[in-house]
Amino acid sequence: MPGSDLTVRVGGDSAAGGIVTTGEVFARIAAYAGLEVYTTRTIPAEIKGGHVMFQARIAPEMVWSQGDNLDMLIAFDQESIDRYYPLIRKDGILIYNSNDSQPPAPDGIKQYPLPLNDLAKSINFQRGRNIITIGAMVKLFDLPFETATLVVEKQLGRKKEMLEQNLLALKTGFEYIEQNVTRTAPYHLSPRAGGKEEERLVLSGNQALAIGAIAAGCRFYAGYPITPASDIMEFLAGEFPKIGGTMIQAEDEIAAIAMALGASFTGLRSMTATSGPGLSLMTELIGHATMAELPVVIVDVQRAGPSTGMPTKVSQGDLRISVFGAHDDAPRIVVAPVSVEDNFYQIINAFNLAEKYQTPVIYLSDQDMSVRVQTIPPFDLNRVQLVQRQLWDPNGNGDGTFERFKDTESGISPMSLPGMKGGQYVAEGLEHLPSGEPDYTPEMHSANMVKRGKKIRNAAEVAEAWGMLERFGDLDAPVAICGWGSTIGPVREAVERAQAEGMPVAVLYTKMIYPLPRQEIWEFIDQRKAIIVPEMNYTGQFARMIQAEFWREVISVRKYGGIPFATHEIYDEIKKAYASIGKSSAKKTAPTRTVKPLKKTAPAKRKVARRE
Amino acid sequence: MIATIDPRIMTFEPVTLSPNDYKSGVHPIWCPGCGDFGVLSSFYKAVSELHIPTERLVVASGIGCSGRFPAFVHAYGFHGTHGRVLPLATGIKMANPELVVVAVGGDGDAFSIGMGHLPHAIRRNVNITYIVMDNEIYGLTKGQASPTSPVGMERKASPYGTVEAPLNPLLIALASGASWVGRGFSSKPKELVELIKQAMTHKGFSFLQVYSPCVTFYDTYDHFKNVTKPLPADHNPRDRASAMKYAMDEETLYLGLYYQEERMTYDEGFAAKREKAHVENYGVPQILSRFTR
Repeated sequence: MPGSDLTVRVGGDSAAGGIVTTGEVFARIAAYAGLEVYTTRTIPAEIKGGHVMFQARIAPEMVWSQGDNLDMLIAFDQESIDRYYPLIRKDGILIYNSNDSQPPAPDGIKQYPLPLNDLAKSINFQRGRNIITIGAMVKLFDLPFETATLVVEKQLGRKKEMLEQNLLALKTGFEYIEQNVTRTAPYHLSPRAGGKEEERLVLSGNQALAIGAIAAGCRFYAGYPITPASDIMEFLAGEFPKIGGTMIQAEDEIAAIAMALGASFTGLRSMTATSGPGLSLMTELIGHATMAELPVVIVDVQRAGPSTGMPTKVSQGDLRISVFGAHDDAPRIVVAPVSVEDNFYQIINAFNLAEKYQTPVIYLSDQDMSVRVQTIPPFDLNRVQLVQRQLWDPNGNGDGTFERFKDTESGISPMSLPGMKGGQYVAEGLEHLPSGEPDYTPEMHSANMVKRGKKIRNAAEVAEAWGMLERFGDLDAPVAICGWGSTIGPVREAVERAQAEGMPVAVLYTKMIYPLPRQEIWEFIDQRKAIIVPEMNYTGQFARMIQAEFWREVISVRKYGGIPFATHEIYDEIKKAYASIGKSSAKKTAPTRTVKPLKKTAPAKRKVARRE
Repeated sequence: MIATIDPRIMTFEPVTLSPNDYKSGVHPIWCPGCGDFGVLSSFYKAVSELHIPTERLVVASGIGCSGRFPAFVHAYGFHGTHGRVLPLATGIKMANPELVVVAVGGDGDAFSIGMGHLPHAIRRNVNITYIVMDNEIYGLTKGQASPTSPVGMERKASPYGTVEAPLNPLLIALASGASWVGRGFSSKPKELVELIKQAMTHKGFSFLQVYSPCVTFYDTYDHFKNVTKPLPADHNPRDRASAMKYAMDEETLYLGLYYQEERMTYDEGFAAKREKAHVENYGVPQILSRFTR
């Protein structure tokens, strides 16, 4: 019998339709009933047809990963049973379509047959199998039927006739369980005390990012469709016209970033979003943005590569191309959020960094955190502050002649915008004089290399104040985890488990990947006996960057199959690290501090940006 | 003449400046005798006669000899990467439709590396002017065949002669649905000034091919003087079939306005979209309410 923390997986053929809808709608019903949800999905590369899986973890408290155990499987077809039945925990549950599949011999897993095809036929609604299943699950888990009705109305209520059919399907599934299986619900999914009253957002990482971009003042977007970034474009296509913004679906990714740069040149906060293949295409113009010192935000929702790779699977393999992908030295800033919620805050940081330092900012999200729908605390809009780009003041001091690329102490040169009298200049891709006029002298090129470099190096100075360093665990522990991106979820749970067993761990996640906040990372890793760097790529791209920058050996833990870390995989590494440094090391060497309990709700309050 | 400007592009106060006032003071690096000088001086004259304020004018370019163009104009400029001038100019115009945006480039920029962008700028009908200085050769890289070079061209990269057929830029523009298509010649400055003015005052995407010979690697001055002549007086620029017929002529290369039509521009389309979608007092809190349980 599953506990209150339930992981449920829905599997079926995507041609039959509604697999993801089943999972998503059920997860939302649970969320609206006051529970916390964390979803994962894989979709086939095929447009229609192919196996598809949706998984939701539902718990009374906030959870941070997809979970290690499968408590319940909803199998729409035989393939789902064949694939996932062995993964169900010993006392778990199987709900299967008894019209379409045969269950394995009974072995302790509770089996519930659901004659889905017959039920669908009985209400003359062949495509209603998914909603019937949801109705059955609502009954099995004792969720309020009214909440289920509300969510179905909200999610599937666009067409009136369809809504009536869907509500009928919901009732059919609910009543089938009640009349044929059990009158009283065998399992209870109930929120913690007061859970229902707490405000929650239910959204995906891409949605959080798109809303964050709007909050950051972004009003120009150009992009080319690509999995798993397209829904950013689709979201902005719906919202931008309402607020005076411009969303262009470009003819390719090169055109997309070119349009964004053109718009930024006129003063608009501009963005494009893509995945690995698109980022590869954009590389030349990212170098141009460095040369012409133009702000732009380039979102890369990382997927497994190289080449077309696995478009629907996760990876963190684009770190190197983001930091170094250019001909010659083309410094830029690289930012990486860690979660669905963090996408909102870090995309605002990305825009502020681009504008402040007049530079391209590459933003590394990933497939896992971008498509997953989750319950998260409401965003704190009071923390949103916008840093404006430094503009040339035609009426300010000086002799009236404007030099767009004039070097300054910070390397940041005030910029003019088309329309400003006296500010005329060329956004030049050739090496240039402070005026912008092309110039190939060794002196000028050397000076500009230094100017463009110092500007970016200086950017690390804002990382701490802008909430781009997240620390938790026991900060005096001999074992540390230093990471980036969405691995933070399983790390959080693994550390919680390890600490409960007397193995303290210090954790630092940096959201500024380039430049690395040197001072802060050095202070964190110095004196540790073991530093674990988990990441989802084959060569340990971040681990090698840490080693190169700080000359410290680290334990590079890599997963590169296209799926996220499981909590136990991180936990095992912590255990191994303790074994390698000797048991006595668990006692702290540094001044003793009590082990801080991990916050189960919202991460510590962060500032997004400080007004300059 | 101020009166000749379409009031719909008159979002600025007209100014009176001489052609010289549009010179940036940066000396062109082109070879003496380059056709691009003729295009540049015609451009100075055209923008002067259109009374365009220098701060409202944006000249964008890609890479090639012609890519240096913006540096020589006293205006805002964007010297981008090879082949990308059209999406750059599209971004500029869509972000601020009050700017007068001119994209310039050569035949390599337009029809080779940047070819993928041309039909899309055309179908969007972005309200910009695209001047392609066509010399039928790669000049900056010292003389390789281009997409408009004739078959059999012998150069270092084609020692036995090219075997690729040249593209017909006007037919591409017409077939893609360009709302303004014209052709000029750098040695006919009077006509070229008029064509640039007409192109810039056209509401929508205007495509102007200009023969601009390369004196160093492919001197075609005499050739073009011999084979070009004005479009016949009976050609109706509203008649696309007639425009295509003259564009297909390979013996005589006609100069002038081939085709013009009026249709919704890209920024007008977006303005309409915004009007349709507009919601009062709408922002992040309203968006978030949709996702709040």
